[in-house]
Amino acid sequence: MTAPTPTTATGTPYGAGASDATTRPVAPVHTGSRASRVLGGLALGSIVLLVLYGLVWSPPDAEMADSVRLMYIHVPAASFLYTGCFITTVASALWLRRRTPGWDALAGASAEISLVFAAITLGTGSLWGRPTWGTYWTWDARLTSTALLTALLIGYLALRRLDVDPTARSTRAAVLGLLLVPNVIIVNRSVEWWRSLHQQSTLVKLDPTIEGQMLVALMVGFLAVGLVFTWLLVHRFRVAWLEYQSERLDLDLALVERRAEAGRASEAGRTPA
Amino acid sequence: MEPVVHLRAAVALLGRFPALAGIDLDVARGEIVLLRGPNGAGKTTVLRACAGLVPVVRGEAIVLGHDLRRDPRPVRRRVGLLGHDTGLFDDLTVVDNVRFWGRACGADPAEIAAAMALVGLDGRLRDVSVGRLSAGQRRRTSLACLLARRPELWLLDEPHAGLDHETRDQLDVLIGQAVEQGATVLLASHELDRAESLAHRVVELAGGTTVALPTHASGVSQAEVPASRTPEQEAPAPSSPEVTHVA
Amino acid sequence: MWRDAALVAGRDLRVELRSRVTTNQVAPFSVLVLILFAFALDPDRQLLERLASGLYWTAVLLAALLAISRSAAIDEADGVRDALRLSGLDPAGVFVGKAAAVAAVLLGLEVLLGVGVVVLYGVELAGAGLVVLAGVAATVAVAATGTLYGALVSGLRVRETLLPLLLLPVLAPVLIGATRAFEAALAGVPADGWPWCGLLAGLAILYSVAGALAYGTLLEGS
Repeated sequence: MTAPTPTTATGTPYGAGASDATTRPVAPVHTGSRASRVLGGLALGSIVLLVLYGLVWSPPDAEMADSVRLMYIHVPAASFLYTGCFITTVASALWLRRRTPGWDALAGASAEISLVFAAITLGTGSLWGRPTWGTYWTWDARLTSTALLTALLIGYLALRRLDVDPTARSTRAAVLGLLLVPNVIIVNRSVEWWRSLHQQSTLVKLDPTIEGQMLVALMVGFLAVGLVFTWLLVHRFRVAWLEYQSERLDLDLALVERRAEAGRASEAGRTPA
Repeated sequence: MEPVVHLRAAVALLGRFPALAGIDLDVARGEIVLLRGPNGAGKTTVLRACAGLVPVVRGEAIVLGHDLRRDPRPVRRRVGLLGHDTGLFDDLTVVDNVRFWGRACGADPAEIAAAMALVGLDGRLRDVSVGRLSAGQRRRTSLACLLARRPELWLLDEPHAGLDHETRDQLDVLIGQAVEQGATVLLASHELDRAESLAHRVVELAGGTTVALPTHASGVSQAEVPASRTPEQEAPAPSSPEVTHVA
Repeated sequence: MWRDAALVAGRDLRVELRSRVTTNQVAPFSVLVLILFAFALDPDRQLLERLASGLYWTAVLLAALLAISRSAAIDEADGVRDALRLSGLDPAGVFVGKAAAVAAVLLGLEVLLGVGVVVLYGVELAGAGLVVLAGVAATVAVAATGTLYGALVSGLRVRETLLPLLLLPVLAPVLIGATRAFEAALAGVPADGWPWCGLLAGLAILYSVAGALAYGTLLEGS
């Protein structure tokens, strides 16, 4: 069984000895590595850049005034939310095909990070709504479908938490995960179509001629949010992988213990009846 | 002649628990073999593994010519499993249940009716809801569903439990008839007296493995002997003329 | 596969008929929901009549949760899963049969609720063609989706609570589509409703195929 052992740029494998069923892996104390530290540094740097561009260097929008600055987080957050769902679905499909635990861990990790980003999307959208529409919630297409998507993710994560045989749990979660992207697409299209009947302007009508500092701020937003997403995903995946390693069956050890029951039974049998 | 069941050092997992930790078992056509052992020894799992329901992860497992490690599914249609649980729908009548399971595995109405007649369910019990039957009557209904399948290998998990004497006798007769018609029977039971007189051979299980049986006064049985037996354990000498040596 | 589906559908329907849970419990519950809506919205007839389509489909969805739960419970009985695996029944056929049985039960409930809405909310029927086709498409979509998700939570202790959480977000588009289609029909503008009917038909086909493909995996892997 070949599992996708996560190795870092320097080649330190996690779950050392993963392919050797008889030795227990030595668990690292943390899930950091040189590559993830570089990634984290870049993410931090880009967040600083985003703050600068978003809050200081870019001008307020003609229509939306300063609240447009929320868009520099809101739009990328939504994009990476969809990316995370996509990763979960693809990982679920690959698990069903290959049955290697790494894919299952990736599917679960991606869903959790996506839920965080769903909260961010809803939060920034809601905050944007207050000064613009006067209310915290508007039945706008994006917010509504994001809310439904949040429910889908919560349901998926609830299924993953079940206390059943791990293979059964992974199978059910994988089938559900496989349906995630189709559900997202269907929900999005239906809700947009529905809201468009009432000609509500969508939350983000980014002027296609957006240019200058605002465009740069948006690009920096994508960069920063993307790096944070990736960093979170890497760490969450590693934690899941370590969890899997610690629970993994050491078959030969279990067989020895099981057979020992036979020894005890024949001991009992040998005493004079 | 190829054995109907051939297990060698078979390991099977229930989740993370190795229910079978090394089973050696050969059953020839027409044999009745009794699996004996303490609770938790793996008797039920051996039966379910032979039915292709529990995957075998190590060792050899060939039942009715099908390699269970490669694909356990083809063997399922050819075996009949009578388990602890009944596999019946409480809201439906006896005849509805037998008809459903019979037609599900391709039996025609004549075979279904015959199966019900064999267990004595074609009388007043025919249209009673299964939920209102006694344990013995439910067992008979499950047995009818098994008979309708005409399986080549019968896998019976404590079939006598909860039945009255008369029903147990009837069951033994049915088992005998099935064997005469070419079926093979593997059963697990705690009803030792009855099962041992019924069986051609007894195999002892403990800790998920087949073990050697120390001789005792009744002198019953020849069991599989594992490769790692200690000098103190001797192969028991069979004294009953019904007992056959393991090949 | 079709033979197996017919066998399983017959079994599920027979169980429902014998136990009478649908007629004695689910049907009254669904009518009760309609009545509760009236309490919540104040029986100002105008309001209820305007909202009738949405309220109707909400009541249908709530009743569907019960019907799907019952359908899943049939195969959770002792030893039935093992027996299904041993029987040689085509899992896709089992899925189609179960979904068909759920659809039949739902259609019955929908007719009852339709009468309820006409009587209680003062709705006037119109656009019968659209109503029937959209209703059938929505019913098949709900039944297929529900049977698949029912299998996902089958056998779990938390089935009762997990099923609504998983199923309702997925059925939201069905609710949207069915309500819009019915509104268009009742308002006498069926042209607006046919596209939504198309959406419902698409969902019905999608989930029927998905369920047929996935049922075997779930039967084995759980």
